[in-house]
Amino acid sequence: MHITDILVTGEPIIYGAMVSMALVGIALFFLLTYFKKWGWLWREWLTTVDHKKIGVMYILSALLMLFRGGVDAMMMRVQLAFPDLGFLNSQHYNEIFTTHGTIMIIFMAMPFLIGLMNIIVPLQIGARDFAFPYLNALSFWSFFFGMALFNISFVIGGSPDAGWTSYTPLSGAAMSPGPGQNFYLMGLQLSGIGTLATGINLMVTILKMRAPGMKLFHMPIFTWSTLVTCFIIVFAFPILTVALALLTIDRIFGSQFFTLTGEGLPMMWANLFWMWGHPEVYIVILPAFGIFSEVIATFAKKRLFGYNVMVWSMIVIALLSFLVWVHHFFTMGAGAFVNSVFSISTMLIAVPTGVKIFNWLATLYKSKIEFTVPMLWSLAFIPSFILGGVTGVMLGMAAADYQFHNSYFLIAHFHYVLIAGTVFACFAGLVFWYPKMFGHKMNERLGKWAFWLFFFGFHVCFFPQYFLGLDGMPRRLFITNVVEWLPLNVISTVGAFGMGLGFIVFVYNVYYSFRYSERETTGDSWNGNGRTLEWATTTPVPYYNFATVPYVDEIDPYVRMKEEGKTTFEESKVKPIHMPSYTGQPFIMMAFLGLASFGLVFEWMYVAVFGLLGGVVMMIRRSFDYDDGYYVPVEEIKRTEKKARGL
Amino acid sequence: MANSKKRVPMNHVIGFVLSLVMTLVAAWAAIGSDLPVTWIIIGIMILALLQAGVQLFMFMHVTEAESGNGHVPWNMMFHGFALAGIIVAGSLFTMSFGFDHDHGGGGGDHQQHEEQEQQDHSGH
Amino acid sequence: MAAEELKTGPLEYRTQEGQMGIMGFWIFLGAEVVLFSTLFATYAVLFGRTADAPHPGELFEPGIVLIMTFLLLTSSFTCGLAIHEMRRGSVKGLTIWMAITLALGLGFLGFEIYEFVHYAHEGATIQSSAFWSAFFILAGTHGLHVTLGIGWAILLLIQIKQRGLTNVTSRKFFIISLYWHFLDVIWIFIFTSVYLIGMVI
Repeated sequence: MHITDILVTGEPIIYGAMVSMALVGIALFFLLTYFKKWGWLWREWLTTVDHKKIGVMYILSALLMLFRGGVDAMMMRVQLAFPDLGFLNSQHYNEIFTTHGTIMIIFMAMPFLIGLMNIIVPLQIGARDFAFPYLNALSFWSFFFGMALFNISFVIGGSPDAGWTSYTPLSGAAMSPGPGQNFYLMGLQLSGIGTLATGINLMVTILKMRAPGMKLFHMPIFTWSTLVTCFIIVFAFPILTVALALLTIDRIFGSQFFTLTGEGLPMMWANLFWMWGHPEVYIVILPAFGIFSEVIATFAKKRLFGYNVMVWSMIVIALLSFLVWVHHFFTMGAGAFVNSVFSISTMLIAVPTGVKIFNWLATLYKSKIEFTVPMLWSLAFIPSFILGGVTGVMLGMAAADYQFHNSYFLIAHFHYVLIAGTVFACFAGLVFWYPKMFGHKMNERLGKWAFWLFFFGFHVCFFPQYFLGLDGMPRRLFITNVVEWLPLNVISTVGAFGMGLGFIVFVYNVYYSFRYSERETTGDSWNGNGRTLEWATTTPVPYYNFATVPYVDEIDPYVRMKEEGKTTFEESKVKPIHMPSYTGQPFIMMAFLGLASFGLVFEWMYVAVFGLLGGVVMMIRRSFDYDDGYYVPVEEIKRTEKKARGL
Repeated sequence: MANSKKRVPMNHVIGFVLSLVMTLVAAWAAIGSDLPVTWIIIGIMILALLQAGVQLFMFMHVTEAESGNGHVPWNMMFHGFALAGIIVAGSLFTMSFGFDHDHGGGGGDHQQHEEQEQQDHSGH
Repeated sequence: MAAEELKTGPLEYRTQEGQMGIMGFWIFLGAEVVLFSTLFATYAVLFGRTADAPHPGELFEPGIVLIMTFLLLTSSFTCGLAIHEMRRGSVKGLTIWMAITLALGLGFLGFEIYEFVHYAHEGATIQSSAFWSAFFILAGTHGLHVTLGIGWAILLLIQIKQRGLTNVTSRKFFIISLYWHFLDVIWIFIFTSVYLIGMVI
């Protein structure tokens, strides 16, 4: 086996990417060595079990993936606006729309939201860490190695090219030989395990580690959305695990689940994929709803309108999300009865979602709105998301779906819900909780520039696509030289570059704010408008989070704490705090399993078995590991708190 | 630490005997009896659910109050099994494509029951 | 991370860590229910799609399957006894009953391997048709779970020898007992909906 056998060759764009990746790699290596930061990297980050640091690593990875997925998107838009330019060939185009979709859903949206949950949920419920900090680190590294595995595919072995849904029989061994689809299967499998573990971890954390007195219906709405999301994760991700495993076994070991030989049933893949895939949609949208609810309540300076209804509508959405999967493949050819059942269940979901929209509007009604950057993202979400939601109901009508299916109408629809919902929420949440993470706010002026560029870019990009779809432009099309489509495609591409510009301003703002933003002195960063416990801690948050955990018996407890002059540091009540020890085991264990997955991708069984054995040895080590953590002494807590609070 | 518990846990013994009896009844129904196929399938599926109940409630302490975990174990099992029903029945329903199968077997029995669907598939 | 410890009740529930570990495992079992039900759904949908391979009714043998079922049912019972002994504070009782459980589990695995090899001889392998792929993966996933459970329990038996009964070791044994009973639940459904129904139709 020679290196050139597995490297992707012959594509100038990919050569460019290889060179730039190599340069960035060398630069990072050089910088870490020059500033002697390798030890720091290992001690502070790679071995950490602190939920806040893990959350930051999730968000950094997600931003990196947003960049990667965004570049894919730009390349597609260039190709579609100027079809005669020959910018991409058809194979490369197929690979790019596949990686764009997969990365944006699995490696951007989910880790971004999980990162925010990691940082904020324990702070909102008054916990010192996750229920299982070791498992949390394991989850992150499984996601990280899954992501790395998926991303190296475009330089080594070739990217998957069967769409992010990876429908069989196209993605089966007969029609897609080679490692491409295996990268998809193993990358998702590895990171999916981590997601499932996070779901369990967060559920136990929320159910067992709330502040004294805090009942479930006292929890902040973002925590509620996390709990409901985790419920969906726990019940939906095993389906993906099985589906991926079955297709892997089909491809590598020659079974006949989804093949055209041996009486296999290719549509069974679509069935299983969407049984996971539809709940997955709600996994990425419910936390977004939670974030918007927090932001809107904070900057409307009111208690969230209809808190109980908000919670129940989320629960109803979660239950319904398992009953609608067939609407993703109405055109499979099932009879009218099957399609009608799922058409009706699909439209039912619009009801609780509509309830939530009206609750946000009612929260805003007659309030003194403060137009900060997170609030702008949240306000922009409401009308934009409604456009996506209404077109979703159109798609949900089975008969009409035969017209809309696989057209740009669908593309516009799901970008309207996923960008206006999830991506806006990620930005809103990141800006909103940024001071909690890094001790300083993001610059408001640059933030507004980023927002307006992204917001207008988004609508300019995707609104025309509804009409392209109605004009009959199918998705995943590589040549678009139909005269009627040309103007709208050019407009759409302009919009896409507007979003790209917005993203660049956002990233520049990260740097600019790091250099020039004022450092936070209080924990309650947004002009004292904080309502929930995360604002009650100091900024930056000490590693043990709360010196003393307050008693909570209402929604928005921090409002009353401020009125009564209470803090999370009651000196007389400070006791030693039990904290978990850092450990490098999760990183090493997942590195081994990542190696095993890499071996399976190329069907190098010795590598796979070696990696698997390494993983098992690490698990056995873990079983014999009785490290019980350590106690933070009272003196140290008092010193830290006094310094942070300027006492 | 030594609890003053009795030496032989009667509920375990009862659970064990029950599951043995139910297994034998199910095996007899399937192999030895002349009952109609549909009734056999419904009967042995009910027996399987009952056996699962024996395991959960008599062996696994699913509702043990001292656990401090409240309704969570019960809740997860309930929703897990509900979803199992949705996944199995829903897959059979969807992948049947909603069309009646064209073979004339089964004695004109048109129940939408999942086991019936399985039976239809065997006729392909 | 509460460090308080209750003074009464079963050892495994006395610390918050113990309670959380057990709750987390119940949630995991919920996920496992879904995992297996997806495999059952695949099996049910692919039922009858045997292509040129033999039909299940020709290969399934009631005798072996019944023996396997009794082995696993008994092991579930002895596992329950092991936990009962643990709660009485008897390390010896726990170890003995757990060892018997593992022996029964190994017996089950032996029969399952024999069965698979036998089917392969008769021309039914994972590659021969959609139905047989679904059968082997469903039964095989259960068998893999049993194998992992045996390995895991051996690790715990070493730990109980080293450390005796503590909050931590009893929590670990309680969790593996949940796992073991759960595998029995799954097997009951495999026994019923795969073997018995396969023999009826």
